[in-house]
Amino acid sequence: MLTATGLVYRVGRRTILDGVSAAFEPGQLHLIIGPNGAGKSTFVKLLARLTAPDAGRVQYGDMDAQAFSHRELALRRAVLSQAVEVAFPIPARELVMMGRYPHFTGRPSAADEAVCDEVMAFFDVTSLGGQSYATLSGGEKQRVNFARVLAQVWRPLDGTSRYLFLDEPLTFLDIRHQLGFMKKVQSFAHHPDVVVVGVVHDLNLAARFADRLVLVDDGHIAAAGRRDDVLTPAHLLKAFQVQPVMIRNPDDGGLHLIFE
Amino acid sequence: MSEPRDRARGWILLTLFAAMVLVAIASIRFGAIDFSLRQMFEATIALLSGREPATLDGRIFAQLRLPRAVMCLLVGACLGVGGTLMQALFRNPIVEPGLVGTSSGAALGSALYFVLGSVLKFNAGPWALPVAACIGGVVATYLVFALSRAGETGRSSIVMLLLTGLAINALCLSGVGFLSYIARDPQARSIIFWNLGTMSGADWTSVAIVGAATLGGLALALRYAKPLNALMLGEEEAMYLGVNVARLKWAVLTINVAMVAVATAFTGVIGFVGLIVPHILRIIHGADNRYLIAGSALLGATLLSVADLVARVSLRPAELPIGIVTSIVGVPVFLWLLRKRQYVF
Repeated sequence: MLTATGLVYRVGRRTILDGVSAAFEPGQLHLIIGPNGAGKSTFVKLLARLTAPDAGRVQYGDMDAQAFSHRELALRRAVLSQAVEVAFPIPARELVMMGRYPHFTGRPSAADEAVCDEVMAFFDVTSLGGQSYATLSGGEKQRVNFARVLAQVWRPLDGTSRYLFLDEPLTFLDIRHQLGFMKKVQSFAHHPDVVVVGVVHDLNLAARFADRLVLVDDGHIAAAGRRDDVLTPAHLLKAFQVQPVMIRNPDDGGLHLIFE
Repeated sequence: MSEPRDRARGWILLTLFAAMVLVAIASIRFGAIDFSLRQMFEATIALLSGREPATLDGRIFAQLRLPRAVMCLLVGACLGVGGTLMQALFRNPIVEPGLVGTSSGAALGSALYFVLGSVLKFNAGPWALPVAACIGGVVATYLVFALSRAGETGRSSIVMLLLTGLAINALCLSGVGFLSYIARDPQARSIIFWNLGTMSGADWTSVAIVGAATLGGLALALRYAKPLNALMLGEEEAMYLGVNVARLKWAVLTINVAMVAVATAFTGVIGFVGLIVPHILRIIHGADNRYLIAGSALLGATLLSVADLVARVSLRPAELPIGIVTSIVGVPVFLWLLRKRQYVF
């Protein structure tokens, strides 16, 4: 369980988040949606402890997030963000191995090598292992990064949950890879000891894959819960100021949004 | 998959070490006078057993040639490792150790000593110049850091550091220019000579000091190789991988200042070694800092020894300032590297 209690975050005089509280249960895919500048990204960064809140707190299980050392936190928490550029020549596999850095000192163990093999197979980048990261295409780079980030929390830990955060990771992917990636994240999120919280821009992707949705608007949580409770015309009109048309697929119960 | 890579890395480092030993031997053999291998051997045995070498040639070898050769190896290692550390820290392959003000600060410190020392009839013995240079280097580096920490978050971003370093470097170098402009002839010549770099002042005391800085700095730098690798991905990503980025920056900059300021203090400003060494190593075997740091100590030592050998034998019995040799050789190599490898900045 991941809990946020009364999170406040300010930049200068602007209040980005104003007393946000939420709980995220393991075994489910939680997606955060909201208009530009609503504070979604900030929310995820506070949850992942990239920065500390001005007030309020984040708890991993019953541990305060601030109580962990950098390494202790990195053992159980991984963050997938937007495209990563590297100025130096480095083979893709060595980049994936960086995901295991918190787990070993000196040289990687056989278990670390095995994890690398597994995540690279999972994201279909095994054949890119020997190539220099800088020479890969945008989509290939992003998949190699997925593999690196997932390598960090790939194996279960004794007595603690694993936490994965996604900060708008789909930017450079075409629709096929977006769907493929979301399916993989969904299957990873359904492990009983895994908490996944992500920010996604595309409301249709959110509608299709999220088990729980959180709608953030103007530094507050406007709605949270199941898809049909959050994605209502009233909520969407208020947050995004566009009128949605909801189309239901009678075969599988899917929800599709079109905007006027 | 990664085992053959590890083995290749071992062979490359071993080859670099062998090259360094060969160059070091050539460097102590040839110079204003050449020594036979037998003379070198006898003088070294005499030195190790604490005796004064019997001949004048032997004394020249033991008191001038040998410490100078060792000094070249140490300073080269310092500059090479400093370059690797700065490039990794700034995530930019065109960065030099002098970037954060260390070298130019040391140059200003020494220029102040040359001018004020003679005006104020101030003479604190042979240590005054290195101490002045070291103080200059540390003060300039501290200024760069303090000024780049401005802003509402109080955290120093890499871009702020780079730009502040640029400004402080310009200030220090115009200070040096002004001092050499107002200086009378002998002091002006000293400033110029020191700014071009010189190995001629090496003795066993200075070797011991630079040696301590080199070995200590190298040992510490190797401990930060893994976090520096993570930093290649960016500051945020490194934090997600469990790196304490603020502490890493301070530690690596401190190691760099210690190594570069001490080396510069005894030998003057020597450019391009710190720039080129990491480039060459990356072309050979990629950017893993665990390999780059060790390799840049070996290759830096080798290249600076070659440069010193060239400086000593090309105009025998006179010698060129070593900084001129490193620039003449270094600039074309650097330009060639840039054109050959399309680096993304």
